[in-house]
Amino acid sequence: MSGTAVLKPRPRRGNRPAWEDQPTRAGQLLRAIVLTLLVLGVLFPLWTVLVTSLSSRETIAEAGGFVIVPRGIDTSAYETIFAGGAVTRALWISTQVTVIGTAVALAVTVLAAYSLSRPGSLGYRWLLAYFLLPFLIYPPLVPKYLVVTGLGLKDTIWALILPSAISVFNLVVVRGFFQAIPQELLDSARIDGAGDFRILVRIALPLSKAVVAVIGLFYAVSYWNVWFDALLFIDRNDMYPIQRVLQSYLLAGQAPHTSGATVGTTMPPTEAIKMAVVVLTVAPIVAVYPFVQRHFIKGVLIGAVKG
Amino acid sequence: MTTSGVTAVAGADRTRPRGPRRPARPAGTGRRRRLPLRVRLRRDWQLLVMAVPGFVILLVFSYLPIAGNVIAFQDYNPYVGDDPLEAFLRSEWIGFGQFQLLVEDPAFWHAFANTLTITAFQLVFFFPLPIVLAIMLHNLLSSRLRGFIQTVVYLPHFFSWVLVITFFVQMLGGAGLLAQTMRDAGLQPWNIMSNPDTFILLVTAEAVWKDVGWGTIVFLAALSTIDTNLYEAAATDGAGRWRRLWHITLPGLRPVIVLLLILRLGDALSVGFEQFILQRDAVGREAAEVLDTFVYHFSIATGNYGYGAAAGLVKAAIGLCLILAANKVAHKLGERGIYSRP
Repeated sequence: MSGTAVLKPRPRRGNRPAWEDQPTRAGQLLRAIVLTLLVLGVLFPLWTVLVTSLSSRETIAEAGGFVIVPRGIDTSAYETIFAGGAVTRALWISTQVTVIGTAVALAVTVLAAYSLSRPGSLGYRWLLAYFLLPFLIYPPLVPKYLVVTGLGLKDTIWALILPSAISVFNLVVVRGFFQAIPQELLDSARIDGAGDFRILVRIALPLSKAVVAVIGLFYAVSYWNVWFDALLFIDRNDMYPIQRVLQSYLLAGQAPHTSGATVGTTMPPTEAIKMAVVVLTVAPIVAVYPFVQRHFIKGVLIGAVKG
Repeated sequence: MTTSGVTAVAGADRTRPRGPRRPARPAGTGRRRRLPLRVRLRRDWQLLVMAVPGFVILLVFSYLPIAGNVIAFQDYNPYVGDDPLEAFLRSEWIGFGQFQLLVEDPAFWHAFANTLTITAFQLVFFFPLPIVLAIMLHNLLSSRLRGFIQTVVYLPHFFSWVLVITFFVQMLGGAGLLAQTMRDAGLQPWNIMSNPDTFILLVTAEAVWKDVGWGTIVFLAALSTIDTNLYEAAATDGAGRWRRLWHITLPGLRPVIVLLLILRLGDALSVGFEQFILQRDAVGREAAEVLDTFVYHFSIATGNYGYGAAAGLVKAAIGLCLILAANKVAHKLGERGIYSRP
């Protein structure tokens, strides 16, 4: 993990300034304990799940369910999963939803954000109000369900992609970024004869890589995490995204109402396989996140404040 | 420029006026307003084309459902037609019948009360935590350590609710790690995941685990903009650690705190939707039924669409009033709020 200082504006670094009194022993100790507990509270469950997923049946039985200290590596759970079946299929569906969804959502959002970043253009005020109003009024559940069903999107990945292909918050962030681009730059390109599409691709986008990366991560994560929309719109087992499968494997007892029988397996999944499904659900997020994390402040806050 | 209505530079009228950042226009030059529609269309058609995909998506998936709320005034029967539109056209209009049923439905009011209780509880026990954590992190001298902690605590924000609850079940559930350890030690394991009495603590703990780190971002940014000279001056004048916190740090955070408080209040009728749907059956309706789950379970899950739409509409109407009221309060307090008049 990159331990970069996320706060760019004025990070406190180096020595304590001369005027500041030394912190008390008790205070320092308390802070150390709180922060350590917090970090462990996040990392420990991840660690246990990872280690258990890589343990053999015997090790798990010996430990009584969860393995904390690894004893050898056994990848049989992953081999079982990738041999094919419900989980592999769900991972493939989720990958499709995430990749296609993120591409569609980014395109829609960036185009709309650029379109709304030029005050004084034709219909600007009307369009802005039109795009911002859904921020105040959520689409109601029941009519949304009927619309998606009525369009025949049920049991397709488009039911998971299209309804969330534009988030007003992300739109506002990107728009704020585009508005911060010096007007002179855009005007000069315009006088040289460039149209808006060309300006967007050649000037605005290259200057906004950070924000596009962050917004892309937000969209990708929300598509990877899609669960409720799948509960609403996906009835066929073989179209389940990974979160639905995770739920039916691990939370089936939690929510009997929402889960049918376990998906496409004849045997109940072993402890290691369950944990491996958790690991496979977490892995893409953990893999991508550190690269984008350093842009959070720069990309999101500045955009949001300016917007 | 001011005297010649027509500019000499070729193509200059293809640039747009700059909106708020433009220097004040000399009086009487409403040039933009007087451009004929045809010219503006030729200048801006590409911008309009760019807005089309987003326009269509919002139209279909936001505005159409909002208009579709009218089925709350129907005895909507999904089976009278081949598709929802036909069913809508053929269903009987019954006026406020659904709303009357709703008002008389104790389950609805129970869900309503549950939602408000949970919101109030989390406002007290969750809302201040990111502020405390942000101040702790901000005071860390080692930027490397701070970066590491931030990286770790932001992470759960990106987990789905299914995943978060999975982790809680694995750690604290009946077959989880804690129960396993307690059984090994010869103790009776606690019932944490399905105990309705402590459910409010559980959902708050889950929300804290997921979002306490993420919540610090805004406060850290605000903290970094507070002028350090203020602290130095106060310290020189003899203000101790706590007085500096009270008189400098907290006032510096005030606008952000007010803004977030207002947003949360405006959203008081929404508590983590997926979080509750996922746990409702394990814990029972008594404790875990909130407005969103009520809408879901009394419409889509049972086929009673009109009733669910009515409940959703009531919730949305109250929610909208809350947002507008909260924003008004913000303006009264001299804060920016979520939107302001241009």
